[in-house]
Amino acid sequence: MTTPAAPDLVRLEAVTKRFGTAAPPALDAVSGQIRGGEITGLVGPDGAGKTTLIRLMTGLMRPDGGSVQVLGFDTGRQAARIHGAIGYMPQRFGLYEDLSVAENLTLYADLRGLPKPDRPAVFDQLLTFTDLKRFTARLAGRLSGGMKQKLGLACALLRKPRLLLLDEPSVGVDPISRRDLWAMVEELTRDGIGVVWSTAYLDEAEACDRVLLLNQGKLLFAGLPADLTARVAGRVFKLAGGSGQRRRVLAAALEQDGVVDGVVQGEAVRLVLAPAEDEAALAGRIAGEGHRIAPTEPRFEDAFVDLLGGGPGGRSALAESATPLPTDDGAPVIEARGLTKRFGDFTAADDITFAIPRGQIFGLLGPNGAGKSTTFKMLCGLLKPTSGEGRVAGFDLRHAGAKARNRLGYMAQKFSLYGDLSVAQNLAFFAGVYGLSRRRRRERSQLMVEIFDLGPHLGMSAKDLPLGLKQRLALACAVLHEPEALFLDEPTSGVDPITRREFWSHINGLVEKGVTVLVTTHFMDEAEYCDRISLIYRGRSVALGSPDELKAAVATADAPDPTMEDAFVALVRRSEEAAAA
Amino acid sequence: MWRTRLRALIVKELLAILRDPRGRLVLILPPIMQLVVFSFAATLDVTNVDVLVLNRDAGRWGVELIHRIDGAPTFATVATVDSPEDLQAGIDRQDAIAAIQIGPEFSRDIAAGRPAEVQVILDGRRSNAAQIVAGYLSRIVDTLAREVAPANPNIPDLQVVPRTWFNPNRIYQWFMVPNLVAAIAMLVGLVVTGLSIARERELGTFDQLMVSPLRTHEILIGKVIPPMMIGTVHITVYILAAVFVFGVPLRGSLVLLYGSAIFYLLAVIGVGLFVSALSATQQQAILGAFLFMVPAMLLSGLATPIDNMPQWLQPITLINPLRYFLEIVWGVFLKDLPPEEILADTIPLALIAVATLGTASWLFRRRME
Amino acid sequence: MSPAAPSPAAPSPATGRMRRFAALVVKESTQVVRDPSSILIALVLPMILLFLFGYGVSLDATRTRIGVVMEAATPVIRDLAASFQASRYFEVELGHDRRQFEDRLILGEVRGIVVIPAQFAAEGAGRGAPTIQVIVDGSEPNTASFVENYAQGVVSRWAQMRMTDVTGGLAGQPAIAVEQRFWFNPELASRNFLVPGSIAIVMTLVGTLLTALVVAREWERGTMEAMMATPVTAAELLAGKILPYFLLGLASMTVCVLAAVFVFAVPFRGSVLALYAVSACFLVPALGQGLLISAATKNQFLASQLALFSGFLPSFLLSGFLFEISSMPEIIQYLTLIVPARYLIPCLQSVFLAGDIWAMFLPHMAVMLLIGAVLFVLAARNMRKRIA
Repeated sequence: MTTPAAPDLVRLEAVTKRFGTAAPPALDAVSGQIRGGEITGLVGPDGAGKTTLIRLMTGLMRPDGGSVQVLGFDTGRQAARIHGAIGYMPQRFGLYEDLSVAENLTLYADLRGLPKPDRPAVFDQLLTFTDLKRFTARLAGRLSGGMKQKLGLACALLRKPRLLLLDEPSVGVDPISRRDLWAMVEELTRDGIGVVWSTAYLDEAEACDRVLLLNQGKLLFAGLPADLTARVAGRVFKLAGGSGQRRRVLAAALEQDGVVDGVVQGEAVRLVLAPAEDEAALAGRIAGEGHRIAPTEPRFEDAFVDLLGGGPGGRSALAESATPLPTDDGAPVIEARGLTKRFGDFTAADDITFAIPRGQIFGLLGPNGAGKSTTFKMLCGLLKPTSGEGRVAGFDLRHAGAKARNRLGYMAQKFSLYGDLSVAQNLAFFAGVYGLSRRRRRERSQLMVEIFDLGPHLGMSAKDLPLGLKQRLALACAVLHEPEALFLDEPTSGVDPITRREFWSHINGLVEKGVTVLVTTHFMDEAEYCDRISLIYRGRSVALGSPDELKAAVATADAPDPTMEDAFVALVRRSEEAAAA
Repeated sequence: MWRTRLRALIVKELLAILRDPRGRLVLILPPIMQLVVFSFAATLDVTNVDVLVLNRDAGRWGVELIHRIDGAPTFATVATVDSPEDLQAGIDRQDAIAAIQIGPEFSRDIAAGRPAEVQVILDGRRSNAAQIVAGYLSRIVDTLAREVAPANPNIPDLQVVPRTWFNPNRIYQWFMVPNLVAAIAMLVGLVVTGLSIARERELGTFDQLMVSPLRTHEILIGKVIPPMMIGTVHITVYILAAVFVFGVPLRGSLVLLYGSAIFYLLAVIGVGLFVSALSATQQQAILGAFLFMVPAMLLSGLATPIDNMPQWLQPITLINPLRYFLEIVWGVFLKDLPPEEILADTIPLALIAVATLGTASWLFRRRME
Repeated sequence: MSPAAPSPAAPSPATGRMRRFAALVVKESTQVVRDPSSILIALVLPMILLFLFGYGVSLDATRTRIGVVMEAATPVIRDLAASFQASRYFEVELGHDRRQFEDRLILGEVRGIVVIPAQFAAEGAGRGAPTIQVIVDGSEPNTASFVENYAQGVVSRWAQMRMTDVTGGLAGQPAIAVEQRFWFNPELASRNFLVPGSIAIVMTLVGTLLTALVVAREWERGTMEAMMATPVTAAELLAGKILPYFLLGLASMTVCVLAAVFVFAVPFRGSVLALYAVSACFLVPALGQGLLISAATKNQFLASQLALFSGFLPSFLLSGFLFEISSMPEIIQYLTLIVPARYLIPCLQSVFLAGDIWAMFLPHMAVMLLIGAVLFVLAARNMRKRIA
C-alpha cells in the first residue's frame, strides 16, 4: 500500500521536550517522518511520550530542542497554517458532551470553515461512514465509547485533512468498534491522507504501515513493523502438551538460559528464545520430555520485549512466600447465581451464573457497557444485585459482606491508591483496614517492600511513582492480607509489556498456591491467561469456556488459528445475529 | 480489630488531607484570609469619614463649629464648599457622606440668644453609616449648644449616661473575632468533610474502601473524626489569636466552650457528609458547601442581628447550628454565660447533629445500593 | 469512500472569522442552557442571595427589645417611660429593679437597660443634673450604638416637650438645633442599599465563578485542545466565551433589578441606560478575572475555590457593600482599590436611589474598564494557543 513517491507530511528532527528540569525528558531527540497515504503507528506504553509528540505535531506545544515540520510548515511560527490542514482527535475525543451529535458536527464545520452548501452532503457522508445517522439528535455524552470515538473522528474529518492525528483512539473502546474504526481510517489513507495513530496496544502496531516505537521518551524503532518483527524471526516457539500445567511450564521455562520472553497463550506457552546457532535444538532442550514445541509466527510484542532486553524471570517471590491454600473441598470460591442488575428499565446484567473453583483464573470479557463491570462490581460487593446472589469464599455478599470482603483482594483499573499518601503509608493503611495484627502488619509490609523492591521509594507519594511501580504497589496492597480471591479490574492497561509479564508471573504463582482470580479485561493478552472466560454482551453471558475452546468455536477453514480477538468479534457478531433472528 | 481498622482510616484521612497541596490550601489559606480580612475589614464602625461644610456665616460660631468637627477623631477631612450646588454635587458623587450647612444668621442668632440652626445632609445610600455619622455630629453640636446657652435655671441639664457592658469601648473586633471561631469551624468542617468523599470518588479509592472489610458505619465514623480533629485545631488557633493577638477577654469556661463545640462540629460535619453524599465531584462538593454556607452565615446573627429580621424569617434560623454556637461563643468570651444557658444552646446543636448525621448516613447507605 | 471533497471556494477570511465566532457563541449558549450548574449559578444562586439580602440581612434595628427600669413610680418617670414605649425603635419591658434585667442582658434577651433613678422625679422638677443610665450590650457593638443613640434621642425629645409644656414657648428649644436630612433614602431602610449592592455580588458570581468553571471544564475534558487544533484563533476563542457570559451576566442583573423593584420595592430613580452602562463596564473585569483563573488553573475544582476567594469574598467584604471602606486599616483600603465591585456598588446604589450621577459613574466606569483590560491581557497571555 505504500507509495514510494508519498511525500513526508511530518518531519521530526531531534525533537526534545522536557516538563520541569528535574524529570527526565518526555521526548529525547526523536527523529522521524510521517508519510501520506499510510497509517503510522505511534506505539509505546503509557508515559512513553506519545501524546507529547502528537501535541508537538499540532503546534499546541513547542519543542525545547530540534524542530517539527508539518506539511512543510514550522510548528513554531506557522501553527495557524497547520491548524487549517490537519484533523486532530485528542484523547477522550474532544467532544462537547452537552451538545448533540448534529450540533457537534455543525460546530466543528463552522470552526473549520466548511462552506454551507457543502454541508448536507458532507454530513450525510460522514454519518453514513460512521454509522451515526440514527443518533444525530442524541447528546454526545450519552453515546457509547465507540460511538463517541466515531463522532470524534467525523469531526476531525469535516474538511478533508491532509494529516489526521489520532491520540489513543482505541482506549476505552471494544475490539469491534476498534476494527470498524481501523477500517474507516484505512479507507482514508487510500486518498493519500497521512494518519498518525497512537496506541499502547502492541497488536495494533502490527497492522500499521509504519511504526515509531517509543519507550520512556526514546525512539526505539522506526520503520515497517515487519522489520522489527524480523529480529525475532525463527526464535518464537509455541510449547504445548503440558495440559493443565501451563503456568508451571511457563515459570520453569522463563528460568532457563536462552529464554528471552514467554507468555501464556491458551493451553500453550509462547516463548521467545535467545539467538543461538541452532534455535530448534535449543527449543528441543527447553521443551524437555512430554512437551511439543513448534515454531510459530513472531509478533510485534515479541520483538518489542526482545528489543528491551527480554522479559523478567518466571519466579515470583510473592507466590513463594504465600501459604498454600487447601485445595481439597472442590467448592467454588467465587460464585455467581443468577446475578441480575436493573437500573430503571435498563438491564445491565441479566441472569449471570458461573462458579470459579479454587486456583483458577476466570475472565470477564466484553465490549464497554456490556455489563462486565456491573457483574464484577456485584461480585465484590460494590453493587447490590436486583436479584440473584454472589458468594465469595462461601459467604453471601448480602448477609455476610464484611466477612466475604475480608477474604478478597481488589485491584482497580486506575490503581486507585491514595495518591497523596506515601508508599509506606499506603501499605500501613491497607494493613490497618484489613485488621492485621501489629506483628503481622510489620511482617507483611516488610515482605511486600522486599518482593516488589519498593524500598527506595517508601517516602514517595504514590501519585508520583512511575506507572510500573504504581502497579506493583497496587498489587502489594491487594495481597497484603493474603486473600483467597483476587478481583482484578483491567489490571494492566497501559502498562509496559515487561511490567505486565512481571505482574502475571506473580498472579500465576499465586494461583498455583490456590488463590482464585476474577479478572475483567479487554486486553486480549490478558484473556489468554484465563482458565475460563465468560463473554458478556448486552448484559448476558453469550459464551463460556477456556480461551482455546472459544477460539476453536470460531475457527473456520479460512482461518484455522483465530486469535482471541477474532474469537471475541465473531462471538459477539454471532450473538447479535441470534438476537436479530 | 475494629479499632485497628478505624485507626487506619483516621490516619489515612489526616495524611490525605495534610499531604495534598490542594488540601493544605483549603485548610490554611481561607481561614487566614478570613481572620485578616474579617477582623480588620469587617467592621460596622464608622471612622475616618469625610464631610463637607458650607459655611455662609460670617461670625465666629460658624468657624468654631467647623473647628470642633475638624478636631473630632471620627472625621478625616472636612472640606469647604462655596455653594449649595457644590454641596449637592459632593454628596451625589459620594465625596463625603455628610454635609453641614451653616446659615448666614448662625452667629447672630447665638449672640442674640435665639435658637440657631444647622442643617446636616446625609447620604441615605449608606444609611447605616450615615445614621452613625449623624449621631456624632449631633453630639458635637449639642456640646457647643450647652456652652453657648445662657444658664437657664428652669432647664434642667438632663444627662444620659451610657454604660456599655461586656465591651466597654465597643471594640468591633471583640465582636468579630469570636464570631470567626464559629464561622471558621463551619467552613473547615464543611469543606473537609464535603471534599474527602468526593475526592475518593474521583480517584476511585472509594470503591477500594467499599471492598475492604470496613462496615458502612465504620467508614462514616472514619470520615467524621478527622474533620472533628481539624476543626478543633482551628477553633483552638482562633481562640488563641482572639486572646493573644486581639486581646479579647475570655471570661467564661473553656471547658464548656469545647464541650459545646463538639456538638456544633458534629452538626456541621453532618451537613458536610450530606453534601458529599449528593456530589460526585469535588467541584460539586465545593458549590454545595457554598450553597449551604452563605445562607447559614447570613441568617445566624453573624452579619446582622437576628432580631432585625422579619418575624416570619426568624424561625428559619432555629435550624441553623451557627446561630446557637455564636451565642455560646459570645457568651463564653465576653459574658461568662452561666452553664445552664450554654446547655440550653447545646441541646439544639445536639438535635441538629443527630438529624444531619442521620440523614447523611441514610443517604449513604442508599447510594451504595 | 472518502469524506466529501470541500468545494474549492473557501470563504473569505472575514466571513470565516464571523462564522467561527458565531459558532462558538451558539455552542456556548447551548451549553449554558443544558448545564445544570450554569443554571444554578446564574439563576438559583442570585435569587437566593437577593432573598437573603432583601430579608435576612438588615441593619435597621427596628423594635429592639430593651428594659426600662423605673426606680420610682412617679408621674414624671412614668411619662418618660411612656415615651420609650411610644418609640418605634424599641420594644419596652417595664420594671422596677435593674437586677430584673441584668441577667436577661447577659442572655441577650434584652439589648439595653434604661434606668430612670428615683431621684429623677425630684430633681427633674428643680435644679441639678438628673442622670439617666443607659446600659447597652457591647457584645454587639453596632446594636449597642443604635440603642444608645435612640435612647438619647428619646430622652432629649421628651425633655424638650416637657420644657415646652412647663415654660410655654421657646425656652425648651436648645440653643442650636440640628436639622437632619437623609437624602435619597429618607426612610433609612438598609434594604434600599443592600439589595442594589447584592446585585453586584450576583454579577461577580456569574462573571467570575461561572466563567472560570466553564473554561476550566473545557481544559479538563480536552475540548479546549480540540478547539485549538482548528483554525480558530485565540482571540476568537476568548471572544466566543465572553459574549455569552457577558449577556448572561446582564440577564441575571436584569432579573435581579426587576425583583428588587417589584418584590423588594426599592425605588429606581436613575435611567436604564445608566444601569446597563455601569453593569457592562463591571462585567469586563469580572469576566477577565474568571478567564484568568481558568487559564491559570485549568481545573474546575481549583478554579471554583479561587473564584470564591478572589471574587466572591472581596466583592462581599472589601467593596463597601456592608462595611465602610473608610473604617478599614489603611493597607486594606489600598487593597480595595483593585476590587471591581467597589466601583460598581456606589453606582448601582445611586442608579436606584439617587438617579444618574454621571460625574461619579464615568470615572468609576473608567477604572473598572482599566482593571478589566489588565486582567484580559493577563488572561490572553495565559491562554495563548499553546498547552504548556
